[in-house]
Amino acid sequence: MTPVQPEALPPQALTPQGLAMPTDWRDFFALTKPGVMRLVIFTAVCGMLAAPGSIHPVLGFTAILCIAVGAGGAAALNQWWEADIDAVMKRTARRPLPGGRMERESARDFGFALSGGSVMVMGIAIGWLAAGILAFSIFYYSWIYTVWLKPRTPQNIVIGGGAGAFPPLIGWIAVTGDITLMPVLLFLIIFMWTPPHFWALALFVQIDYSKAGIPMMPVVAGEKSTRWQILAYAAALLPLSMTPWFIGATGWIYGLAAFVLGSVFLWLSIKVGLRTSLSGDGMKPEKRLFAYSIFYLFILFAMLVVDRYATIFGWQA
Amino acid sequence: MTETPPIRPLTPEETAEIRARQNGRNRMMGLALGFLAILFFAITIVKITVPEMHN
Repeated sequence: MTPVQPEALPPQALTPQGLAMPTDWRDFFALTKPGVMRLVIFTAVCGMLAAPGSIHPVLGFTAILCIAVGAGGAAALNQWWEADIDAVMKRTARRPLPGGRMERESARDFGFALSGGSVMVMGIAIGWLAAGILAFSIFYYSWIYTVWLKPRTPQNIVIGGGAGAFPPLIGWIAVTGDITLMPVLLFLIIFMWTPPHFWALALFVQIDYSKAGIPMMPVVAGEKSTRWQILAYAAALLPLSMTPWFIGATGWIYGLAAFVLGSVFLWLSIKVGLRTSLSGDGMKPEKRLFAYSIFYLFILFAMLVVDRYATIFGWQA
Repeated sequence: MTETPPIRPLTPEETAEIRARQNGRNRMMGLALGFLAILFFAITIVKITVPEMHN
């Protein structure tokens, strides 16, 4: 698939003397994708709180800050690289770079500074294993996903989903200092959750992706195939999310929550998977699945923490 | 040869807008640096007083 050649970005606003207007600090903040960062911070905190062991509050705060800043740096590098593509998509056209409110180099430098700084502080304050995985997660999102996979393959979001799966893994490792099966399971849960979450969104904004020449699954493989794949991933996610309970790493509180939440996720995915959209039908099942998927992940990880503290306080075996 | 547009002085509104953006950035940079100084101090104290992590 040949990417559409986007139009040139609008120039940054200039003063009558031809000098670039200073970029507002809010635009730098917007580069970090604060909306995405909420989920990153939340899953990282949950990974940290659910891990066996404890961490000094100052160091715990530092680890979460580094994960959040690292994610912000990766997001800035993503927007620096994709500024041309963002300019032709309605959903992203008002971002600081396509909106002409910032120089491209500023976004690049900001992204590198946040990424490098977060990895260094994580290494010095917490440990170099957590720092190494944080560095790899930034590289994974800003290069493997953004530069390499996204423009080349409709499986971009499957493999790229790994980028968003790192925060709980890093949060866990910040406490324990090593990698065990449980943080890998948390990684895999988010990894398997990402395709149905993102493809539900892609189904109702697919016109945008086709305009930008991004080979998203609905654009390349068609709606029917995408719907089946959403269903397949949701079906695989249900037993996977219950695995921590099966192996005895969590109690029944988490197990029950994973079962109920996963069953609803699967039910909504069945509704999306087995239907054919009609023009102008509003794509309500897809929008409902997308909204629920965010709720699902928040509650699932919250229940992981509740389960751990219920065990600590003796409320469950 | 293309004609360059005439350069005019900045209007008071434009000057105010530039100053507001510069002030906003300076304030945020100051806050960020102050926060980092406090954070690094706290990390140092914790590292000195708390036994080695992950052992």
